[in-house]
Amino acid sequence: MLYVVAGVGVLFILLPLIGMTAKVNWGQFIELITSDSSLAALWLSLKTAAASTALCIILGVPLALVLARGQFPGQHILRSLILLPLVLPPVVGGLALLYTFGREGFIGKLLDDVGITIAFSTTAVIMAQTFVALPFLVLSLEGTLRTAGQRYEAVAATLGASPSTVLWRITLPLVLPGLVSGAVLSFARSLGEFGATLTFAGSLQGVTRTLPLEIYLQREIDPDAAVALSLVLIAVAVVVVAVTYRRPSSGLRAAVQAGRNSHDA
Amino acid sequence: MKRPLGFMAAAFVLAASLSACGTTPTATPQDTASSATALSGTLTVFAAASLTGTFTDLAAQFEKANPQVKVDLSFDGSSTLVTQIIQGAPADVFASADTKNMTKLSDAKLVAGSPAVFATNQLAIAVPPSNPANISTFADLAKPGVKVVVCAPQVPCGAAAVADAATAGITLKPVSQELNVTSVLSKVTSGEADAGLVYVTDVKSAGDKVKGIPLGLADPTINKYPIAAVSGSKHQDLATAFIKMVTGSSGQETLKAAGFGAP
Repeated sequence: MLYVVAGVGVLFILLPLIGMTAKVNWGQFIELITSDSSLAALWLSLKTAAASTALCIILGVPLALVLARGQFPGQHILRSLILLPLVLPPVVGGLALLYTFGREGFIGKLLDDVGITIAFSTTAVIMAQTFVALPFLVLSLEGTLRTAGQRYEAVAATLGASPSTVLWRITLPLVLPGLVSGAVLSFARSLGEFGATLTFAGSLQGVTRTLPLEIYLQREIDPDAAVALSLVLIAVAVVVVAVTYRRPSSGLRAAVQAGRNSHDA
Repeated sequence: MKRPLGFMAAAFVLAASLSACGTTPTATPQDTASSATALSGTLTVFAAASLTGTFTDLAAQFEKANPQVKVDLSFDGSSTLVTQIIQGAPADVFASADTKNMTKLSDAKLVAGSPAVFATNQLAIAVPPSNPANISTFADLAKPGVKVVVCAPQVPCGAAAVADAATAGITLKPVSQELNVTSVLSKVTSGEADAGLVYVTDVKSAGDKVKGIPLGLADPTINKYPIAAVSGSKHQDLATAFIKMVTGSSGQETLKAAGFGAP
């Protein structure tokens, strides 16, 4: 009985994907995904997702370290706030960004005075993607940091290593698997971001029309193109999932084992 | 003593609720001309975004004239609505903002009877009340640095924008192409855009949230709004009655008051 219900669950996920693959116009596939608008959207999506992932790493690593290792009042509240974009509807995130950084927003007004406008630009796309993807990296990395513990850092400190040496040569290499999987998840989330981008950045080919927005537009003009581009995103998603969830925590286990071996040697 | 009364009350409520959710029309042939026709059921109307204000009014009028009818409205870009209906969305009536999208529906063999044009519309420029970019003419929209927002070309207002810009010999460089005219209007009212190309009816309905500037073209694009019943709908009678009201005097009055042109 258990297997039957589990089977239904599997089918529920698989059938729509199979249904989509069945609708692909294979004869024109290459042509559809290499049209001007498709290539512009693909290139824009890759560019912005890469930039967002980099930003997530730059902002997320210190944040994860503070949340995992720090002890200060309000830590729980801070963690809840940081994880808010995970459960917030993306459109709401986009509206929030718009009313803060848009021309009438309190930060947007200041920037406008200096001559910087964010709305309708590629910067807006990157900001929207970072907003929704940052919690993925923080969550993944914080978990790995907590599991790794601080034993090795303590040993390194007693051996005379400075805090920055400890960070770069002990902590980060130890949690690299968690960091990588968090970064891959952030990249995938950025690639698929739609609601916040549309609300905050608008939709213009080559500037703000990322792949999901292009698919949304094409489904009314050329459904075959929409299906072809969707298949590209599904393929990316399959690769992401395969890379991230190959064997859970296997990287960390190996790292801890390697540490133990060198200790015994 | 209470038991039979309670049983009767329950039976009465059951009978009342059963009659309310019936979809078979109870109109008698000699009554169809008067508003006392006992039509009943739920009518689903898909209408272009620019019809939001007027069709909400007309739906209320229709419900008032037919107390057993409920009207469900769905507003979006005409091309989005056509895609939904072709994919099987349960619409009974479709009102489009141009004939191109209605033709898409008839090509898919989903139109019952033939569409009737019930109104016309044309574009105007909408700017925020403070007019930050000092727009006064259509040509001003092409000045560098002006943030113009338009509809995407496959949406009726977007197609009209492309045609009008071509007529005026202006090269528009919009910062965003929205999927329905309501989104364009909201980018202007929120102050994000310097100007947006919307319909004259949208400028009117926005009141003092925007300032309207006419295009000033001798030969502007006129969008013809057709309405038709969707074939395969289970409420053909309701659809026909609604379309009759829209094309009739009360409908035309409401549309005219909102700024629509005569069909």
